[in-house]
Amino acid sequence: MRLRYLVPAVVLIGLIVLFAAGLKHDPREVPSPLIGKPAPAFALKLLGKPDQPYTSADLKGRPVLVNFFASWCVACRVEHPFLMQLASQGVEIIGMDYKDTDADGAAWLADHGNPYRTVVADPQGSAGLDWGVYGAPETFVLNAQGIIVYKQIGPMDEQVWRDHVAPLMAAKP
Amino acid sequence: MTAELGQFALIAALIVAVLQTLVPAVGVRRRDTRLMAMASSGAQTQFLLILFAYGCLTYAFINKDWSIAYVAANSEAHLPLMYRATAVWGAHEGSMLLWMLMLSGWSAAVSIFNRRLPPDLVATALAVLGALSIGFLLFILITSNPFTLDFPVPDNGRDLNPLLQDPGFVTHPPMLYMGYVGFSVAFAFAIASLISGRLDAAWARWTRPWTTAAWLFLTIGITLGSWWSYHELGWGGWWFWDPVENASFMPWLIGTALIHSLAVTEKRGQLKAWTVLLAILAFALSLLGTFLVRSGVLVSVHAFATDPARGVFILSFLAIVLGIAFTLYAWRAPKFVSVADFALFSREGLLLLNNVFLVTAAAAVLIGTLYPLVIESINAGKVSVGPPFFNAVFVPLTIPLALLVGCACAVGWKRAKLGEVVRRLRVPAAIAVIVAIALPLLLGHPLRISAIGGGLLAVWIIVSAAQEIVRRVRAKRDRVAGITQIPRAIWGMTLAHVGLGIWVLGVTFTSIYSIEKDARLGPGETATLGGYTFALKGVTPRTGPNYRADHGEVDVERNGRIVAHLAPEKRLYEASGQVMTESAVDHNPLRDLYVALGEPIDKNNAAGDWAVRLYYKPLMRLVWIGGFLMAFGGLIAISDRRYRLSRAAATLPAGVEAA
Repeated sequence: MRLRYLVPAVVLIGLIVLFAAGLKHDPREVPSPLIGKPAPAFALKLLGKPDQPYTSADLKGRPVLVNFFASWCVACRVEHPFLMQLASQGVEIIGMDYKDTDADGAAWLADHGNPYRTVVADPQGSAGLDWGVYGAPETFVLNAQGIIVYKQIGPMDEQVWRDHVAPLMAAKP
Repeated sequence: MTAELGQFALIAALIVAVLQTLVPAVGVRRRDTRLMAMASSGAQTQFLLILFAYGCLTYAFINKDWSIAYVAANSEAHLPLMYRATAVWGAHEGSMLLWMLMLSGWSAAVSIFNRRLPPDLVATALAVLGALSIGFLLFILITSNPFTLDFPVPDNGRDLNPLLQDPGFVTHPPMLYMGYVGFSVAFAFAIASLISGRLDAAWARWTRPWTTAAWLFLTIGITLGSWWSYHELGWGGWWFWDPVENASFMPWLIGTALIHSLAVTEKRGQLKAWTVLLAILAFALSLLGTFLVRSGVLVSVHAFATDPARGVFILSFLAIVLGIAFTLYAWRAPKFVSVADFALFSREGLLLLNNVFLVTAAAAVLIGTLYPLVIESINAGKVSVGPPFFNAVFVPLTIPLALLVGCACAVGWKRAKLGEVVRRLRVPAAIAVIVAIALPLLLGHPLRISAIGGGLLAVWIIVSAAQEIVRRVRAKRDRVAGITQIPRAIWGMTLAHVGLGIWVLGVTFTSIYSIEKDARLGPGETATLGGYTFALKGVTPRTGPNYRADHGEVDVERNGRIVAHLAPEKRLYEASGQVMTESAVDHNPLRDLYVALGEPIDKNNAAGDWAVRLYYKPLMRLVWIGGFLMAFGGLIAISDRRYRLSRAAATLPAGVEAA
């Protein structure tokens, strides 16, 4: 057996090792530079209540989920039932209605149900820009000091919740 | 009920596949022809069972059976029949079933069209195909079952991804899969030859039409995919070097190399070990493509729902199949020694060179595709490798390849004389130079070195390919007889090469001379681009079968004459809420005019101003005409009668039994 005939087999082994390593990584997971930093400040209004201001200071004091969603966002509908389930378990979720009109956002919530304790309107996406949102849905986990401890890009689901978010939410400050 | 029947058929097919693998293997060992014959009946039975399962799923789609989770996820009540019937391959599970249908179809074809093949070779090859079936059927049944039921049954489906609701979707995936899976036949023959230790000119002759058939389907599939993304994605692009595109392009490159090296193995009895390796590689890359697309290891616009369990399964399957194949290769291939001596300046020498460039190109594409994965695996962050890398690597590799194509037909087998070759190629070279300079001027474009260079290669390929036909006709005194006596294989080769030349011409001109413009247009306003005036007449609401659209009307004028009415649309698909851009294209062989609606400037006033993208793309059609011509050439080549000669005649040429 001459060695050069073994080359394909060797290359194959290399590739398999590479792929096996690749399977452990999630290509959708984009690390956020904001993790470990205070949530960027914003001053916005509540959805449908233009006279009621809401600022980033209101997020402090207890762990919360901040979920960027929109009525035009398909993937938001995918995660919506799971958020409803979380809300029924008593998890506080702050909704950020991202680049949406108040009317559309309110109609969407009326149609599908509202998992949010508070819904903030971000019609221009200005808060989303500061928070580094790529596209809805994105969910940030904030601890009681208002520090971002985790970011989920794309729909939140059971597995992400169990593996990453729930332990952080339960952590004592 | 439909789901249960389909599920049952798949399980039955799995059992048949196991028999199709084991019984013939024993038969070959014991030289028992009755056991060997089980391979053929097994392959045919398996095909019928898979066809039945496939029919069940199609039936469920057509009849809106929302109790099947896969149907509910990929269809909805108002989806037109054409898309309901084809939504089977709209997502992962059904695509795998289609893949399986193709695999069993190719196996059944091998079991039928094999009169010229020795029975033990057929039996071994079918056993190999059966083993592949086992893997894929287990994959479907364990990780990707399309017949899984959903309870409670939803009132309506969630709709087929609107991106897929296009005629391109009806044709592109089946063609592509036919190509991918078709290489399994060459693979099975290669493994059979390694097991039996027999690899001769006859083997190459059996493998050739099967390989060409797979290759031509893959060519059609890739060409259709390119055409589809061009008019559906709304970016005016026709190739994006997306990982999934690369996954189909790598087997194509290796398949092309295989077709050429098979010619050398058949005619000269050389490059045997290399040819076998290519046959394994072509299918290996098809499997790799499946893995990349299905496992979610790489990010791509072809977003399939990903599941790590699937990734692990396919990776294990890949490791087993290719591990066995390459081990067999390392063990047996050294015995495939060549008899004749090998001169580099000869047709076989140039074909070897062609192989080197094609394989290097495939390797470059592989490296570019996997590089992000490597970087991520060593935790060095995330990178993406874009078109600049691929263009920078790919273009320089194509140039010598294009030059070689022209030479190959003029260079004889065994040992060619340089003087003779130069004399033959003078005329094509001269024509290429003249036409390459004249062409941009005739089409009204400024002269650019890159355009002249690309044109030179393209015309060179076309003229030198056509010269082969001319030479053969001239060789006969009776010109009519001269034409009719040209073998179909030669016609096929010529057409495929002309297709390549046309493709190169299209790619060159459309890459260099295309112009695009983003314009803000209100009703009645105009924008000009490349001598054409685009006037937006207005945007009106319209209702389709399962979507609402903003329907734009654009008139295109040139020199005061209206040359085209274009109707681009922005569609909102109601069931899924997705917005799609339907671009509008007016084309003739010389140019494409392409309009896509962006966004309305004021979101609440669709009748007002719109952001509109305009493109002028010269010779765009040639890219696809060239692709289809290549495939057509392949079709003509496999109809050559010498592939249908009797077994006795086929086994005669100097067969070399392995020691």
